[in-house]
Amino acid sequence: MSPLQTDIWTLNMGPQHPSTHGVIRFVLKTDGEIIADADPDVGFLHRGLEKIAELVPYPSFMPYTDRLDYLAAINMNWAWALSVERLAGIEVPARAEHLRVITAELNRIASHLLSVGALASDMGAFTPFVHAIRDRERINDLFEELCGARLTFNYCRIGGVSLDAPPGWFDRVRGFLDYYEPMIDVFNRLITDNKIFVERLRRVAPVSAEMAIAYGLVGPNLRGSGVKFDLRKDEPYGIYPQLEFEVPVGRGYRDGVLGSCFDRYMVRIEELRQCIRIIRQCLDRIPEGEIQAKVPKVLRPAKGEVYCRTEAPRGEVGFYVISNGEKTPARVKIRTGSWSAMSIIRELSKGWMIADLVAIIGSLDVIAPEVDR
Amino acid sequence: MATPAKIAERVQAQFGPAVLETVLEGRLPHLVVEAGRLQEVCAFLRESPELKFDFLSAVAGVDLGEQLQAVYLLYSYAHHHAFTLKVNVPRDNPVVPTVSGIWPAADWHERETFDLMGIRFSGRPDLRRILLPEDWVGHPLRKDYKFPESYDGITLRRDEEDWPDPGAEELYK
Repeated sequence: MSPLQTDIWTLNMGPQHPSTHGVIRFVLKTDGEIIADADPDVGFLHRGLEKIAELVPYPSFMPYTDRLDYLAAINMNWAWALSVERLAGIEVPARAEHLRVITAELNRIASHLLSVGALASDMGAFTPFVHAIRDRERINDLFEELCGARLTFNYCRIGGVSLDAPPGWFDRVRGFLDYYEPMIDVFNRLITDNKIFVERLRRVAPVSAEMAIAYGLVGPNLRGSGVKFDLRKDEPYGIYPQLEFEVPVGRGYRDGVLGSCFDRYMVRIEELRQCIRIIRQCLDRIPEGEIQAKVPKVLRPAKGEVYCRTEAPRGEVGFYVISNGEKTPARVKIRTGSWSAMSIIRELSKGWMIADLVAIIGSLDVIAPEVDR
Repeated sequence: MATPAKIAERVQAQFGPAVLETVLEGRLPHLVVEAGRLQEVCAFLRESPELKFDFLSAVAGVDLGEQLQAVYLLYSYAHHHAFTLKVNVPRDNPVVPTVSGIWPAADWHERETFDLMGIRFSGRPDLRRILLPEDWVGHPLRKDYKFPESYDGITLRRDEEDWPDPGAEELYK
């Protein structure tokens, strides 16, 4: 009898696949259920944001940064504002800095909630996703009260923020934190300790620290591989140097492999607690005062260039901005965390099952608009 | 941690005439190096124990008019310092040697720079468009890029009568 014939199959996954978190397509080559090659086909959401940035004045690019990563719009706003502030040498008032940290960390919670919830739902557990969305709604309510929007906040301004907190808002943020902190434990009991969930992730697709750095992984994905690096600590901006918080790293949680999908997941869960800690400190010490620095109506930063990186929920977001002294930038290059996370998938998924690819995408927290820009 | 001046000095000592320009003032200290020797310089930055730039943040293409420029934004997790390399190539033949063998992260960044800026990276496989469709014409981030009238039978021009162009110049005056 001749040996069993096996062929490599070419299989299409996406762009409208429930687990691809937006519009991402993979061209899979599979040997049975084992992945021989997964070539990501990106660009479905390419809107040419870098070109648009060259066509509009500096402050007018702010709403576009919302669309860069619509799950963490304020972090993106802040990254753009900070880049231009560094370029033009603008000082931001203390109250605005505090408001930025509070909103950015709230947004980080909202973003991580969606990430961990979606990963659980990709693994076949739908309930945690609904729990996560329920808590995220409360954050959206807080943001709606603050600036009127629930997704694309457009909250930061160059030199400050757009609106001060309405009366009683800080108390409601405090109320949310008091409500939410025990909810992390509820969430952990619901899914993080679930045996099936843990087994699906804890040994899957480990990334070593060297590989993570070589492929340019950033943020929770990098920390999941055990590299203790957070731009808020190591290249601090805003008022982060005055705040106390830990940087959680992966350590082979649940007897798994260091840098596995579960480690990346756990880093996000642990970061949720740190976000709460940071917001509490800011609420305790926020000063009265201005929320907007004096910025010329038509901003023309002096000739020069800057590369400014900040820590968004998906890791380093870097704006490389060149000014020629005009009212529009000469060039804006946007470096995002999902881009590098996406580029590692091809190498990482080799030899794993198709079902594991879903775990890999979910645990790397890839989001399409940030990849495609 | 090494200061930018120190890093520039080390590269100059090693490569001398291959360093065409040294800029240390401003917010982005950088070196402009000869395109032909980029790979050697990058390998030196990556391997030298005092520098050890193990992380390539991004590759950016810049249109300078006569020339195109590739910008390499580097960082070292080992020493916590940052530096930038630039390479200028002529517009009519923009070829830069690849660094994807030194930093695997460069693979996608180079593909993107090729796609949007039209800088070709030599010595690497699989240099194809990544964000735009395969049959797209031109490289949008070049300053002389003309927006297409149509793509694949779909008109991309706005109907002036229904949607008059307010004109960005007027709006932001």
